[in-house]
Amino acid sequence: MGNLLEHMGIERDRVHFSWISSAEAIKFVDIVKEISEKVRALGPNTKLVKEYNE
Amino acid sequence: MNTCTKRIREIASALLEKKEVEKVIGFATGTIPMASNPIVVTSKQDVEKLVFNSTCGLNLANYIRNHKGKIAVIAKGCDARNIVTHVIENQADREKLHIIGVPCSGMIDKNKVASLFKDDIVEFIEDGDTATIKSATKEETINKKDYLRHNCSLCTHKNPVIYDDLACDEGEEQSLEIPYPDVDAIQSLDANAKWQHFQELTKNCIRCYSCRNARPLCYCPTCFVDEAGPQWVGKGQDETDVNTFHFLRAFHCAGRCTDCGACVEACPMDINVRDFTRKLNKDSFELFGWEAGLDTTRRPPLDSYSPDDPNDFIK
Repeated sequence: MGNLLEHMGIERDRVHFSWISSAEAIKFVDIVKEISEKVRALGPNTKLVKEYNE
Repeated sequence: MNTCTKRIREIASALLEKKEVEKVIGFATGTIPMASNPIVVTSKQDVEKLVFNSTCGLNLANYIRNHKGKIAVIAKGCDARNIVTHVIENQADREKLHIIGVPCSGMIDKNKVASLFKDDIVEFIEDGDTATIKSATKEETINKKDYLRHNCSLCTHKNPVIYDDLACDEGEEQSLEIPYPDVDAIQSLDANAKWQHFQELTKNCIRCYSCRNARPLCYCPTCFVDEAGPQWVGKGQDETDVNTFHFLRAFHCAGRCTDCGACVEACPMDINVRDFTRKLNKDSFELFGWEAGLDTTRRPPLDSYSPDDPNDFIK
């Protein structure tokens, strides 16, 4: 799925897949930090975004 | 009449006469040139309507579901692979199918042919490897090989993988050094250029869902695009909704698509929706060594688990 998104032009670092048990707090923190850094480096996403005019 | 059509009619006629099958699903000449349409033949006198030529671009595996009795179906290489997929996915019972296999030499790209003319084509006559096409103002003779659909020019399974009868002799399969040149071309672009490519590709989409209806993979009683509660995707022309539809439509075909080209054939806006599915075919092949519809005994990769499955994407 990530491959197809990347093929469409959604950067690979925006989509992350993880399996974290509820007992793995440290792993959760580490992965969220890593994801945040990677996504921050890419900047705001403008693709596949739908805006509602309310 | 070509020998293939003749053989198909003989086989169909014999099957119906012996009451071995209730109906024969095949192609008939359409109402406009270069557009053969599917037909269900139930009596011997209608057998004469069956044809097979290089305008039979739709996929007949789409019509083999929900029959009570035994049916016969004409199957090109890709149709046969989709029949295998149907058998694997319990949509058709192999025992209740009589497959009339037709080794295929590729289907004509109607748009490519139409681009030779400024006015409407009124006649399309095939003769072996060539075809003569007429419009009101001019006549052209083409070599069919030069006007094949893109998927047919890259086809490596033109002979049916399963069949009960064969309507003509099997041809030699081509082997390709670069099987996915179109996917590689898109892959070499940067993220923004890729996105731009797909925006251009889908900008004319009218959400008619012909691509979904034409191809044999989509048989869900309610498609995700038609679902109203929850509504997975907006129904309008918003580009994000259009992209979401195409993305998910393609992903539902992962490891199942045989690249038969029926989706592109059916598209009224000439969108090459195969740009999405081809990527998944390439991934299935590279990650799982899988090509859809070759074996009735193996489950598709996204339907089965193996400890050897690639796990690099998950952390």
